[in-house]
Amino acid sequence: MTETTTIEKGIDVYAIREQFPILDREVKGKPLVYLDNAATSQKPKVVIDALVNYYSGYNANIHRGIHTLAEEATAAFEATRDTVQHFIQASSREEIIFTRGATEGINLVAYTWGRQNLEQGDEVIISTMEHHSNIVPWQIICEEKGALLRVIPINDDGEILLDEYEKLLSSNTKLVSVVHASNSLGTINPVRQIIDAAHNAGAIVLIDGAQSTVHLDIDVVEMDCDFFVFSGHKVYGPTGTGVLYGKKKLLETMPVFQGGGEMIKEVSFTKTIYNDLPYKYEAGTPNIADVVALKAALDFVNHIGKEHIRKHEDELLHYATISLEQIPGLTIIGRAKEKVSVVSFVIDKIHSQDIGILLDNQGIAVRTGHHCTQPLMDCFGITGTSRASFAIYNTKEEVDKLVAGLYKVIKLLS
Amino acid sequence: MKDYKTIQDIEQEIVEEFALFDSWDDKYEYIIDLGKRLPPLDEQYKLDINKVKGCQSTVWLVADYRDGKVFYKAESDAIIVKGLISMLIRVLSGHSADEIIEAKLDFIRQIGMTTHLAQTRSNGLLAMVKQMKNFALAFKLRNAAKA
Repeated sequence: MTETTTIEKGIDVYAIREQFPILDREVKGKPLVYLDNAATSQKPKVVIDALVNYYSGYNANIHRGIHTLAEEATAAFEATRDTVQHFIQASSREEIIFTRGATEGINLVAYTWGRQNLEQGDEVIISTMEHHSNIVPWQIICEEKGALLRVIPINDDGEILLDEYEKLLSSNTKLVSVVHASNSLGTINPVRQIIDAAHNAGAIVLIDGAQSTVHLDIDVVEMDCDFFVFSGHKVYGPTGTGVLYGKKKLLETMPVFQGGGEMIKEVSFTKTIYNDLPYKYEAGTPNIADVVALKAALDFVNHIGKEHIRKHEDELLHYATISLEQIPGLTIIGRAKEKVSVVSFVIDKIHSQDIGILLDNQGIAVRTGHHCTQPLMDCFGITGTSRASFAIYNTKEEVDKLVAGLYKVIKLLS
Repeated sequence: MKDYKTIQDIEQEIVEEFALFDSWDDKYEYIIDLGKRLPPLDEQYKLDINKVKGCQSTVWLVADYRDGKVFYKAESDAIIVKGLISMLIRVLSGHSADEIIEAKLDFIRQIGMTTHLAQTRSNGLLAMVKQMKNFALAFKLRNAAKA
């Protein structure tokens, strides 16, 4: 069978659902309909098993132990690094730093590269649709350094205005930090153009891949970003795992982030010699079990294939968009041409919190509120939205349940 | 016949009312109905200083103190929260500061609404209970200072 026919044939979503134990549970006496995948995805059995196997088979502290368990744990931990390297197409494993999540990755860059390189009058550019995690670290470091935070505007569909972005770029621009795919709107940003324009202006670029990594093919070399961050728990992996990718030449010259074990070569009371990459940025005992299990999650994604995942999720997004649009008084927020499987909406005269509570009452999990993007909500003149976000295990029947659930909410509240 | 109902008496009434509902749907329908019937708060009180901020919905809460008793008025931009407020006002309003400060408000658990008190940042009920008790405490201290 050729690759094309496999894609056309699609995936067996019901077989995939069987791999996710949590999908069997009920909420308020109804089968769970989990549509909050942009917040965190559920975990397949292989990931849960990897955690159990680690703790019941070879739990040990890594890197410095000479005994068998330490060697096995170290091998498993480092195997994840290799898998991550290939997952995002990095040139070398030294460029893969494990973090607690995307947020920590951004903070690491702000506190190391930012502290070393930003000066009074320098500018950092972000976009209107950034998550608070890609706003606040830059605000903190800009304030400390007397640098200025500039914001790329967006259009009514929730797309970055590239012309406006190019106007913001100048010799003062030192760093551009933008989200690959918006958690609130679903918009996929033209990162390649954003990165090229920044490089032409002499600035470096961080891409926040928290939402994109589970859906899109990531090739950090082809993209040519200087830093890329993502969270493991949004890619079917355990919570408390994340990755910072950085170009080696940048990571080598940046100062250290946290001090402690693992990140040192030699310590005396007068001088410490820091460890090589990637350990220079991994102080203290890392989150070994979860990092080990992250490999199982990435293998799971690779096994299904991102092209299949995208095709399935795009179908759900399209179906959900068309179905939701039929609901009187409902407005979809974020109508970009390129979107990941996120659909945000508001309903006239109904508070998103009421929608969230009443959908939960029907076993349907969506996210409501500002989605940690308050400036973006301000830009649309709203306080929040309801957001349904789809994963590989969601079905059209679940979209139908969401739509029926919303009709019920509207009836109850009118 | 007992004229004065204690906080616990009113809590018990609510628990008995909720016992009549078979399903979550019915419970929420009732709370929504309470929310719709909560009298709107006069616009003059809808100020930032009167806001009890939950993460998603806004609650405005004001209190006054008459004849040794605390009286509350409140409103929210979300209906279910309004329904919950309506119950809290019914339970607490018109009682002495001491009674309010001591109130256990166990009815919330008994009617199955504990999730609304959880630290999920999803709504301001917990913050509102705290704010109502703070008002009672403030009135009590002010009264003690005068005496």
